[in-house]
Amino acid sequence: MRIFRILTSLLNQTSGILRMVAMQNNIVLSMRNINKSFPGVRALQNVDFTLRKGEIHALMGENGAGKSTLIKILTGVYPKDSGQIFLDTGGSLKEISVKSPHEAQNLGISTVYQEITLCPNLTVAENMFIGRGNYRLVNWRSMKKKTSEILAKLNIPARATQQLGTCSIAVQQMVAIARAVDMECKVLILDEPTSSLDEQEVEKLFSLMRELKSRGVGIIFITHFLDQVYEISDRITVLRNGEPVGEYEVKDLPRVQLISKMMGKDLEDVSTLKKRKLPDERPDAPPVYEAVGLSSTNCPNAFDFKISKGEVNGFTGLLGSGRSESVRAIFAADKITGGRMKIRGKDVKIKKPKDAMMHGVGYLPEDRKRDGIVEDLSVRENIILALQVMKGFFRPFSRAEAEAFADEYIKLLGIKTASMDTPIKSLSGGNQQKAILARWLLTNPQYLILDEPTRGIDVGTKVEIQKLILKLAEEGVSITFISSEIEEMLRTCSRLIVMRDRRVVGELKGEEMTQDNIMHMIAGEAV
Amino acid sequence: MGNFLKKLTRSQLVIPLFSLLLLVVFNLIRDVEFFSISIVTNNQGYPVLSGNLISILNGASAIAIMSIGMTLITSCCKGQDISVAAVAAIAGSVFVSVLRSHEITIPVIILAFFYSCFVSVLFSLFNGILVAVFKIQPMIATLILFSAGRSIAYWINGGATPTVSSPLLSAIGGFIPGIPIPTPIIIMVIFMILISLVLRFTTLGLYTQVVGINEGTAHLNGINPVWVKLTAFMISGISVATAGCITVCRIGLINHETLLLDAEMDVILSVAIGGTALSGGKFNLYGSVIGAYIIQALTVTLYAMKVPSAAVKAYKAVVIIIIVIFSSPVVKDFVITLYKKLFKKRVKTKIPIKAV
Repeated sequence: MRIFRILTSLLNQTSGILRMVAMQNNIVLSMRNINKSFPGVRALQNVDFTLRKGEIHALMGENGAGKSTLIKILTGVYPKDSGQIFLDTGGSLKEISVKSPHEAQNLGISTVYQEITLCPNLTVAENMFIGRGNYRLVNWRSMKKKTSEILAKLNIPARATQQLGTCSIAVQQMVAIARAVDMECKVLILDEPTSSLDEQEVEKLFSLMRELKSRGVGIIFITHFLDQVYEISDRITVLRNGEPVGEYEVKDLPRVQLISKMMGKDLEDVSTLKKRKLPDERPDAPPVYEAVGLSSTNCPNAFDFKISKGEVNGFTGLLGSGRSESVRAIFAADKITGGRMKIRGKDVKIKKPKDAMMHGVGYLPEDRKRDGIVEDLSVRENIILALQVMKGFFRPFSRAEAEAFADEYIKLLGIKTASMDTPIKSLSGGNQQKAILARWLLTNPQYLILDEPTRGIDVGTKVEIQKLILKLAEEGVSITFISSEIEEMLRTCSRLIVMRDRRVVGELKGEEMTQDNIMHMIAGEAV
Repeated sequence: MGNFLKKLTRSQLVIPLFSLLLLVVFNLIRDVEFFSISIVTNNQGYPVLSGNLISILNGASAIAIMSIGMTLITSCCKGQDISVAAVAAIAGSVFVSVLRSHEITIPVIILAFFYSCFVSVLFSLFNGILVAVFKIQPMIATLILFSAGRSIAYWINGGATPTVSSPLLSAIGGFIPGIPIPTPIIIMVIFMILISLVLRFTTLGLYTQVVGINEGTAHLNGINPVWVKLTAFMISGISVATAGCITVCRIGLINHETLLLDAEMDVILSVAIGGTALSGGKFNLYGSVIGAYIIQALTVTLYAMKVPSAAVKAYKAVVIIIIVIFSSPVVKDFVITLYKKLFKKRVKTKIPIKAV
């Protein structure tokens, strides 16, 4: 009896050891203590990441958390400052140093990006074999045959001779994945592969991912869609502000916790936050801006919206939840496809940004560089632009008028610039943002939409901008404020519209506005 | 000093002005008489100015006028209109065909000019719609009229190359009796003044540059990029018609095959030399005009040096490549860092002296 017990315990131990060995052998990629700094920013601090064979591992984090930087270090786009990367080569982990994406590919690390990086005007077969390092003569027939085999094996609905551009985006993505698989990749990185796919296509992609998983490929899956993470992933690593938050089994991490880990507030802390009081409600006054059933080309799901005088409200939700698209629809920045708009109770037609501007609406876009600044023009020209457009083509400001305006607002907002004739591109991000704010303040707006005005700027300016928002609201300007940092929104907004997967899923007011509630709503659970 | 240099190197006018200065100095060293202007009596018996300088200014006026329209197109469409010379041939043909069906008087000339402007603006709008609405690359869009334009010009006058002669026309192409300055120079100056007024009394300049630099921002600030681009093409149409009519008046006939042949490349080159990036954005009209004069001055200089006319183009190419390389950002940055280094050294040597 005793012997038996000893024997079983021994057996247990050995099997445990065996399992441990197997576990270690199962690791295909291990990144240890990765550090990376860019001028002025620590993009990654002591980040660890482990990927096992045949696993789908979601890499999660809000914007700027360091996901892309980590991937770019892994694929050799950026050099790391310090840290080690181990890759499974023939059964044992070996340290590797990746110097270029091409080298990464040769080592078996392949990436499929959100935007297709293949050539749409070549055939599927050509795309499968292009740029794979062999400079021998091309054997078209065997290339075609091989491609057909791979496509059949992976169940991809495309022909080898078909032009890639004629396939749907999902199929194009699958071809990109097939190409990676055929190059004997051990690590497959899928960077936002589903953002431009519809549900059926996502399902197809997922079955391909499962197929690859069963073949032992380790998949790093980056996405903003929580449902998809929970549908397909085995494990989640969360990053925040360049620091590792932790690695979790999917089943051990409920959604709400995942969101709170991404946003960086523990649920317990939430109650200590101060809440901003609602402004005096004036039920008799019509809303400054009201939209019913509004939809645009980029924001297909119609929504209702209204804002009253002096109110600060916000759209919240994870990145890609449609908050920016919604405010763009409010400003008619995208083509409006339906809905009615009212300004102070009167029906108005707002079809293009200029209409909105003429009704006293201003919009500070999310992407300052792409949609905000006119980089080669001076600070002065950038500041007067919107007001000039409103004044009209045949009534340009004189140099003196423009200089007076620019001077006033440079002083008012404390824009640090060598002179008002300095090209705006040579200013720091925060000062560029202030100049764009100045542009809209100069138009004396009744309703101002600020999409991520605090992104990518220093802390001091962030606080200044928040103070400015509150001050403007006191002066009676209505403001819609969007920020990825939820504390900022709780501090400034009196009403929050919560979005998930491009739909408005709820609205929170006053006492209900807690981080806890927001997270539950984003996660799609009852409050 | 450092600040001044910084400003100077940043200004778009540096390279064109510098090249012009170099050409002048070179010619002064080569032959002091090069710039002498004399008063001669022309065959109509009036005293007129004559000399290399006058022929440079006179010869470049058509290119200079067209380069104004081209600058606007380049700035907002990030590309060039290569059909300007062909459209000028069309405008010239319309001009002649109207003149030939009437007795040539001043009102008829004005009418003919307006007709040719109208037709030229229509053709430019065709280009503009392809570029602005259908978003075709400017060079491809204008390739259509580049190849078809001269054939269209051929049809307008039924395949003939008719001559038109009238003292009024030679006054426009040559000298107005009593005024010693060639009329094309005067027209060029008037055109430049008109465009300056347009830029002064409208926001065209600002809009054009905003659209060229960042179309997304333009849209979000209520500017309609399509209209801005079409306006640039329309202005170009007017400038092209003006250039075409001047050239017709100068040579007294319309030859659809040779009128302003290859001028589009000279026009684009003037824009490039003038400091406007061919990839669009900030523009400089005066630079483009100076660019046109540089090209003409170069040609005249080479002829004065008795370079055989067949070889002139090769010499021109060499000089132009030098100018273009010197105005490239690579060289500019190099020059700026070089100046900075030199300037810093001077500061460093100064400090110990003060300390002592």
